[in-house]
Amino acid sequence: MPFEWAFLMDALQAERDQGITIDVSHIHFRTPVREYVLIDAPGHREFLKNMVTGAAQADAAVLVVDAREGMQEQTKRHSYLLHLLGIRQVIVAINKMDLVSLAQNRFQKLSKDVRHYLSELGLDLQHTQIIPVSARDGDNIVTRSIRMDWYEGPTLAESLDGIQQPVSVLEMPLRFPVQDVYKFDERRIVAGRIETGQIRVGDTLMFSPSNKTARVASIEAWNARIQPVAARAGQSIGITLDEQLFIERGEVASLVANPPTLSNVFRGRLFWLGHAPLKVGNRYKMKLCTAEYTVEVQEIERIIDVNDLGMRESQEVERNAVAEVVLRARGLIALDPFDYNMLTGRFVLVEDYDIVGGGLISMEGYADQRPTGIKSSNIFMVEHRVPESDRWRMNGHRGGILWMTGLSGAGKSTLAFSLEHYLFQRGYQVSVLDGDNVRHGLCSDLGFSPEDRVENIRRVGHAAVLFARAGFLVITAFISPYRADRDRVRMLAPGLFHEIFIEADLETCEQRDPKGLYAKARRGEIDEFTGVSAPYEPPKLAELQVDTMAHSIEECLAKLTDYVSRTFVVTK
Amino acid sequence: MEHLDIIESQTIYILREAFNKIDKLAILWSLGKDSNALLWMVRKAFFGHVPFPVVHIDTGKKFPEMYKFRERYTNDWQLDLKVGTCPPVEEMDPTLPPAARSAARKTAGLKAMIDREGFAGLLVGIRRDEEGTRAKERVFSPRGEQNTWNFRDQPPEFWDQFKTDFGPGTHLRVHPILHWTEIDIWRYSKREHIPIVDLYFSHNGRRYRSLGDQDITFPVASAAATIDEVIDELQHTKVAERSGRAMDHESEDAFERLRADGYM
Repeated sequence: MPFEWAFLMDALQAERDQGITIDVSHIHFRTPVREYVLIDAPGHREFLKNMVTGAAQADAAVLVVDAREGMQEQTKRHSYLLHLLGIRQVIVAINKMDLVSLAQNRFQKLSKDVRHYLSELGLDLQHTQIIPVSARDGDNIVTRSIRMDWYEGPTLAESLDGIQQPVSVLEMPLRFPVQDVYKFDERRIVAGRIETGQIRVGDTLMFSPSNKTARVASIEAWNARIQPVAARAGQSIGITLDEQLFIERGEVASLVANPPTLSNVFRGRLFWLGHAPLKVGNRYKMKLCTAEYTVEVQEIERIIDVNDLGMRESQEVERNAVAEVVLRARGLIALDPFDYNMLTGRFVLVEDYDIVGGGLISMEGYADQRPTGIKSSNIFMVEHRVPESDRWRMNGHRGGILWMTGLSGAGKSTLAFSLEHYLFQRGYQVSVLDGDNVRHGLCSDLGFSPEDRVENIRRVGHAAVLFARAGFLVITAFISPYRADRDRVRMLAPGLFHEIFIEADLETCEQRDPKGLYAKARRGEIDEFTGVSAPYEPPKLAELQVDTMAHSIEECLAKLTDYVSRTFVVTK
Repeated sequence: MEHLDIIESQTIYILREAFNKIDKLAILWSLGKDSNALLWMVRKAFFGHVPFPVVHIDTGKKFPEMYKFRERYTNDWQLDLKVGTCPPVEEMDPTLPPAARSAARKTAGLKAMIDREGFAGLLVGIRRDEEGTRAKERVFSPRGEQNTWNFRDQPPEFWDQFKTDFGPGTHLRVHPILHWTEIDIWRYSKREHIPIVDLYFSHNGRRYRSLGDQDITFPVASAAATIDEVIDELQHTKVAERSGRAMDHESEDAFERLRADGYM
């Protein structure tokens, strides 16, 4: 085989034999301005995982487009992935100009195509250079092409020198994911790398998701002339705390005033590299900085067609595709939206032994579930002088929340009021919070948009918790269609919350239609009606399930009273 | 942060990932400048401790200066040293060119050590800028049951998320200084005052750029007798670092074959 310039980086025999780049290579070079590491990433679709491996390490990208072929699907896929990987500085080299007669009109046509696609991606094109080159002959690489004197822009080398250094992560809020805890000697050292922000000795750190706090007693260093008093983003450090907290790998330390979001559900925009497709209901190990969680795919919202950036629906995500999905974990995850913090807002998924995908986090439509979301810093929790257990003994039963959820017409209100009556007759301190009633008072300012529904349930949740803490047995009867909202109430009072799924399918509910609402919704007179024009997310791990299709009201009531007498008994 | 601090921090991060994720971990110590710098950073990462065994695969053909160096710093740094021996060259693949065949002894010695000790992970001080196939390495690089490197299908590796899950019978080579260059190592060694075998410095107009076995490693012409002169030389030289390593140059793919079979 004759010599090829590509052999410089295609070091593997298999690559040279086939004339194709299989894996990423790195090569160092320098211009008078600075030093560079050039990462050569393969273009072939089969090696997309290698392309991602290479590109993810870069500060900027040179996208090479063949002047004969123009913007092929592969180029678009790469542009899209660069965008997903957070690379905003892109230089485009239209290569092999010698094979299109060094024609200016061909270059102009391709430039227009490239600009169109990149601007659709949301890239700021002001600083994007598009350069006609003939790499083999060196035209417009380091020196200006005499043969293409119609081109007046910078050469490739000049464009590279114009790239801005990445933005400082020092000014961002502190994120210090715990990598390990060492006890080699008398010191107990919490080790990790500061991703963003800075740490000073004396700072009070909050660890998420555990919500523990402690002060930084020291910043440890080996072989240092003086002990450091501060450390900043990018440094791999070790600290000791003023208290012996039980902290594990995966916790994220922040300052108290600006912690990461806590949630067990989030949206991810992901690229999929797995051989087996990603499907709804599949479980994967998720790695986010140093933390690991098991997540389940709750929903595949859409597949993004990289060719025209269109969206389509699908039940699974194929290898090399890009999709928007909703992921759910069992416990709370400390995370940041990618738009807020690139370094703590991205994750990978692992199946068996392999990384099979990477994604960016969005919290759009989902709320922070941090238990004490207090807006004013002058409000403090006051401890009650009457312990919960005293209230329970006085009442003869425990307090708690029986949170009924289900479609409109499933039987929530009927069962709630029957149960209240039954329990009251037997001496229980019991009260019902009903959806319709609450909307006349506590939530009269709210409508039925997704945001208002979230707020409605938040208020009801807090009200229910106040009742339950006062020793009451609270029964709620709200559609509460979003799983995340119900989970958030559960987090407010984890031991007190009992989720009860009042189950009846849409068809049954529509036939019952006690308030005539389904008929109205079908006629288009009600916007965002659950089950018709708004989603309902059934519980996955409800404490109790009551099927009102298969059982009579009496049977359902018996099931509920049985549950209450078993669960809310006071033990001595 | 300065360049050396950035790459040092990245190495420490990788070392801590490996220590957390791999049960039976060890570090390979060739006594050369790269593995000395790596060992130095292990002590930094773990606050003065080297919390796993240090493995030297001894071909029996190292320079006397290197054995003296090994003895001294094993004591000074309180290392848990494990020395592995290598089988004779006659047992190596006869289709390999002579120097590569000699170098293959080291792979065989390493395999025997891994089998004996049951290591699940090895820290190895190779760098991308040394050689073309090393430029294609992953930081966490899985090895098959025969220690083989499947370079045709390497795992994805991005956002500092490494392959830390692997099947029984396989192990990981972890490369914490893959992103360093030769001159980085020298500048860092100077800044940190890391001890270095004297063979790297010029005597009678020649010095070793890279240290291997006596019979297959050759010095290059150089007047650089101090660390500053070495750094200065590297800024101008067009001679490749491994030009004195015979096995790299015998045939186009000799080194690739060695590495696919488990060489470092």
